Amino acid sequence: MSTTTAALRASLPVMFGYVPLGMAFGILFQDLGYPWYFATLMALLVFAGAAQFMAIGLLAAHAGLLEVAVATLALNSRHIFFGLSLLSRYRSRGWKKLYLIFGLTDETYSLITSTAAPGSSRESDYYLALTALNQSYWVVGSTLGALLGRLIEFDTRGMDFALTALFLVLLIEQWNKLREPFPFLLAALCGSVALVLFQEQMLLVSIALSVVLLMLRYFIESMQRRPMGRP
Amino acid sequence: MSDLGYLMAVILVMALATFVTRATPFLLLHRRADHPLLIFLGRYTPPAIMTILVIYSLASVDFIEPPHGAAELIATLLTLAAHLLWRHALLSIAAGTAFYMYALQSGLFV
Repeated sequence: MSTTTAALRASLPVMFGYVPLGMAFGILFQDLGYPWYFATLMALLVFAGAAQFMAIGLLAAHAGLLEVAVATLALNSRHIFFGLSLLSRYRSRGWKKLYLIFGLTDETYSLITSTAAPGSSRESDYYLALTALNQSYWVVGSTLGALLGRLIEFDTRGMDFALTALFLVLLIEQWNKLREPFPFLLAALCGSVALVLFQEQMLLVSIALSVVLLMLRYFIESMQRRPMGRP
Repeated sequence: MSDLGYLMAVILVMALATFVTRATPFLLLHRRADHPLLIFLGRYTPPAIMTILVIYSLASVDFIEPPHGAAELIATLLTLAAHLLWRHALLSIAAGTAFYMYALQSGLFV
């Protein structure tokens, strides 16, 4: 199987999630009264689902640029932890690496860490194909929504469950790969606590907390391996 | 500032802010990619994040009021069962999503 075919197969569920979500974004964007191609431009340059939906509200309220910057940084800061766990994986250099980092959405991260490149291809090419395909779905969806707006008759309600289903499937794949309950239980605990205490900030709080606790475990383990007093 | 100028500025600020959140660890730590801590995080963070993304995706479901999230619950179980049985990602996702769309659009559980 070629690299592109494999990436296409792996990313198809993202298409069923990104196209209707992108369309929803495009429709809301068009309601603001701006030319449709700015929705395309935003999907090309920003490529962050939640942040773009937030932008609709900020644009409507004519928010200041500083407020836009702070809100975007706060909403997307969970991505810092994605990068932390990909440092040993993203080995390519130059523009390829820049694009991989630029396109690191929740869904791209999930596919890159849970699926494997076909035997014949280089991992970096597979990652690049996944990232570019995912962005193309988002760009197509956003453009269609902004261009056709409410003319579209096809009922896409519920189609975005494809992203939930994708996460469920990749959760099983992660389990098959690791077969250690520890990180799953830790994250389930952090997720549940964050959901109750920080509804709006659930993603950021639970991911940050999980990574901090994972680091703590790493330090405890390395201290046990190297008792105090010995070099 | 004209309205399109404002829009353009917002898009550029958001693009930059998003890229900064994604690039920070690579900028700060690229020389330390082989550090055992980062390899440890590379191994254990993905399963943790996948667990959290699943919880997050289902967090908005109302399990208390009728129909008690029946559509989401069945679609979730269908996806998991299909994947445990056949381990064919596309099939599992298509099964869960198709059922959910049908349940939602036909008003199966209203």
